[in-house]
Amino acid sequence: MGFASLKSRQVRQEFKWGLLFITPWIVGFLLFQLYPTLASLYYSFTDKALVRAPEFVGFDNYVKLLTRDKQFIKALSNTLYMVAIQVPLGLIFAFFTALLLNMKIRGQAVFRTVYYLPTVVPAVAGTLLWLWILNPRYGIMNQVLQTVGLRSPAWFGSPVWAKPAMIMMGLWAVGTNTVLYLAALQGVPQEMYESATLDGANWWQRTLRITVPMVSPVTLFIAITSIIGTFQLFTQAYIVAGSGGAPGSPRESLLFYAIYLYHQGFVYLKMGYASALAWILFIIIMVVTLVLMRSSARYVYYES
Amino acid sequence: MDTAVDPTAIVRSRPRLSHSNQKKLEQALKYILIASIGLVFAFPFIWLVLTSLKTPNEIVSMPPTLFPKEWHFDNYSKAVTTIPFFKYMGNTALIFILKAIGAALSCSLAAYGFAMLRWPGRDTVFLLVLATMMLPFQVTMIPLYIMYDRAHLIGTFVPLILPSWFGYAFSIFMFRQFFRTIPRELTEAARIDGCPEPRIWAQVIMPLAKPAIAALILFEFMWTWNDFLAPLLYLSKESNWTLALGLLQFRSQRETEWELLMAASTLMIMPAIVLYFFGQKTFIQGIATTGFK
Repeated sequence: MGFASLKSRQVRQEFKWGLLFITPWIVGFLLFQLYPTLASLYYSFTDKALVRAPEFVGFDNYVKLLTRDKQFIKALSNTLYMVAIQVPLGLIFAFFTALLLNMKIRGQAVFRTVYYLPTVVPAVAGTLLWLWILNPRYGIMNQVLQTVGLRSPAWFGSPVWAKPAMIMMGLWAVGTNTVLYLAALQGVPQEMYESATLDGANWWQRTLRITVPMVSPVTLFIAITSIIGTFQLFTQAYIVAGSGGAPGSPRESLLFYAIYLYHQGFVYLKMGYASALAWILFIIIMVVTLVLMRSSARYVYYES
Repeated sequence: MDTAVDPTAIVRSRPRLSHSNQKKLEQALKYILIASIGLVFAFPFIWLVLTSLKTPNEIVSMPPTLFPKEWHFDNYSKAVTTIPFFKYMGNTALIFILKAIGAALSCSLAAYGFAMLRWPGRDTVFLLVLATMMLPFQVTMIPLYIMYDRAHLIGTFVPLILPSWFGYAFSIFMFRQFFRTIPRELTEAARIDGCPEPRIWAQVIMPLAKPAIAALILFEFMWTWNDFLAPLLYLSKESNWTLALGLLQFRSQRETEWELLMAASTLMIMPAIVLYFFGQKTFIQGIATTGFK
């Protein structure tokens, strides 16, 4: 056997094995991802309910959603509120905590653990804990606020304060993004700070001119994942409303996109309508991601 | 960026005695800042445990007490009998174990195909794998539910476990990154000896992949413990509920027994915290390299 044929036999072998090794993934992809994605696109043009066979209704679901559904507008604007407030606040807070945890200080490892720990708390347990802390009558938060003479809001009992309470809860579990920023901070070459200091730059200037641009790829990543995550916000709002409560209680202030979608699909069993909701969500997520990635060249600094 | 020379070494060694006092003050301020924010992060945990040990009267007393007047550890035994706590915990643990086994096998197989073998179209397919991370569960959940309903699998654990056995992007990516650090000579040598690929995977690569497997187990645990939406959809039968679903029973009663709910929550959070402490390094590295929890 010549060398060339040995080589081509090896190539064929690797091709065969390569396909075999990824076959389980391909089967899973077709079954659990591609088929359901296409099926939901199809359902979105029908009046599909769980037991009834779907009947084609054209763009009816989409037209109704975008023109006549007040709850949809409410759900979308509630979600956009969270995207506009929670995402930037979360970014700033994650960056700030990462700066703190990056300081060379005694007990650094302990602080890192404490700051990260809320992240491992399951969402259900975390939400129930905050419901207790923010309980309008007996919660420790309001007791403290009263002691220092501040007014004590009803938090999850008030349509005005429910979203701020939600944001507070989100900031508590900021840890994952802090870890990402921390890893990025450790990648910034130390000599950049040293030479800037020698040039007379103060802490603010160094942070704004060196740190912020150097970690901007991580900022882009966190922004994209946080926006996607916020559009899918579900568990916390579902638990605050309670399983028997009206969706998005109090008074639809926590009626987020994913909550509304769940109720349309699995409480009212309007699965065609919910599929249209799902596809609008999918399109929003894709557009936001693409726009952020495309425009990133202007404000994200990549080394080399 | 020139990293060959490290000018900081010289700068760092320069004495700054004149600034000594100012430095000390700065250091103290930093410490106060980091510690007070640390307290804000830690306080909910402290309050959780302290509430779980008080009587129903004490938790609503004004002004509130910090430490319980009497330490009611019996709240814990009440909490685990008010709801079938250990039944739910067992269900959650079973789902986690079956998911982790399936994912370890399927994801490492796929990653082997992407990292250790060369074949045309490989990188395109891998991009497709990564692209699936963009797909929100909300898009697939309705057809998936209908599919499982037709197969009479609603109410069982199967819809929660089955997809893991076919592999998914996050862990395939993690295994692939790990496999790429294994020297090619190892697989080449085995191949020359006539060892078929599945045996190289099983006997050469997997024994080396223990850190990646450990990371996968940690992440699968955190996800399963945390998961709410999928169990809510699929586990209609109460006897099959997970902890996340079961915990809500405390709230559906007319008057929430907060001290028992806090005791049950403490018991639910505990395994996650213990596991985190054991696997902290693996876990943090996993997040830092892949960017996901």
